[in-house]
Amino acid sequence: MISRKIVLRFAAPLVDQPIIYHLVKDYDLSFNILKASISPQEEGVLVFELTGERENYDAGIQYLKSLDVQIQPFSEDVRRDENKCTHCGVCVVLCPTKALSVDRATMRVNFDSDQCIACGACIRACPPRAMEMVF
Amino acid sequence: MPKTFQEINEKIAKGQAVVVTAEEIIDLVEEKGSARAAREVDVVTTGTFGAMCSSGAVLNIGHTTPKIRIQKAWLNEIAAYGGLAAVDIYVGATEMPEHDPLNSEHPGEFRYGGGHLIQDLVAGKPIHLKATSYGTDCYPRKEFEKDLTIHDLKDATLLSPRNAYQNYNVAVNGSDKTIYTYLGVLKPHMGNANYSSAGQLSPLMNDPFFKTIGIGTRIFLGGGVGYVFWPGTQHDPDPERNALGVPKGGAGTLSVVGDLKQMHPEWLVGVSLLGYGASLMVGIGVPIPILNEDIVRHTAIRDEDIVAPIVDYSDAYPNARPETLGEIDYRSLRSGRITLMGKEIPTASMSSYSKAREIAGTLKEWIQKGSFLLGEPTELLPAVGR
Repeated sequence: MISRKIVLRFAAPLVDQPIIYHLVKDYDLSFNILKASISPQEEGVLVFELTGERENYDAGIQYLKSLDVQIQPFSEDVRRDENKCTHCGVCVVLCPTKALSVDRATMRVNFDSDQCIACGACIRACPPRAMEMVF
Repeated sequence: MPKTFQEINEKIAKGQAVVVTAEEIIDLVEEKGSARAAREVDVVTTGTFGAMCSSGAVLNIGHTTPKIRIQKAWLNEIAAYGGLAAVDIYVGATEMPEHDPLNSEHPGEFRYGGGHLIQDLVAGKPIHLKATSYGTDCYPRKEFEKDLTIHDLKDATLLSPRNAYQNYNVAVNGSDKTIYTYLGVLKPHMGNANYSSAGQLSPLMNDPFFKTIGIGTRIFLGGGVGYVFWPGTQHDPDPERNALGVPKGGAGTLSVVGDLKQMHPEWLVGVSLLGYGASLMVGIGVPIPILNEDIVRHTAIRDEDIVAPIVDYSDAYPNARPETLGEIDYRSLRSGRITLMGKEIPTASMSSYSKAREIAGTLKEWIQKGSFLLGEPTELLPAVGR
């Protein structure tokens, strides 16, 4: 059994396709959705944890690739440029998982990348643009 | 026995001045009382680090051969004001390149504006200058282009008409859609409350009646040394105050000036405010000389004793209506949660308290080392009830 957190990005034509249904039914995989969104341009972003037997998992990933779904491991997704962050803290209320939080003693902003689900809410809202998506 | 600026400066010059930060003075006054604290402490240092849109720089690019009387100028495609003498230009923190999409795709990102340009200049990065003119008998040149750095400029002066607001609004969004403001992204149905002040550490909270701050006050500015040269624009000398004399809203402001060439990019940071515009985060620290007991009492102000008005930025603010949703103290704001109309709301700050603390600490060190003397104001800034 393996279990990985991954980010899927898919273009408009795929948004209304039952992709996850096929992963479950045809490849015997289970999933836990961490974050799903469809942007105004109808590009879908899905962050989820995918679990199953190794060969089923690999076959499922191949199926996604055949549909032109962009796949990336999600753990390295968002990084903070420590030289740019001013520790203002304006990001913390936008972070859905509290990966960004203020240490009330030092009043500095902590970034716990293990908690980050790479939703991207902090990226454009950071005034000095210290948060970046890494592909 | 009151002290004078001269007496304190003599102690600073000898390396004997007793200096504490605006956080440290709180416990000190609590323990020793204000009379003893006033005798023992010479200077209290303050700090703030936040987005200050009314910031900019006067640049003199030096005369060209043949000479040009600049009419229009752009630095990295950002327009600088050229309606001054031949090669003087002024660049403001919120100016954007003419081709920038701005808010045409809302919310705009404002990736590079005047604030970023000022930071790049201070960092010594190369900047592309383009200037045009109509040509005169004594200034015949009509076009000039050059890649330059701050070292090539004859003068580079940070000159900002309004910085260091004494107090500020707390912004919430009462509408049912996300809004994008200079106080950050505000989620609908009062999903968050954003503020922007270092509270008990903030310069003008510690001298609320301007008993020591005036024209000529020497300050920490952008990592270097600067000066207060005038009240800032919109300076309100007679705001509503709480029992301790601290304004309950905006109120006082500073005009500040300093040589950009001795400043540091860590303390002048270009910022992109999503859906709003570009700006400049500025680090400012003001030393408060403890001339008497009354002044030390003001510097002992605590976050829980300072309140800010809560304003709906989806309605009352844009429509210039004075109503507020109440007031809240900075201790609650800085805890990360406040309760408003029975609802618990997370808070976020647009200004950096940790950087403010660092500034107050740095200024304290400069004064302790004897390398930073106090500037005695020629005139104090306007305040009613001083």
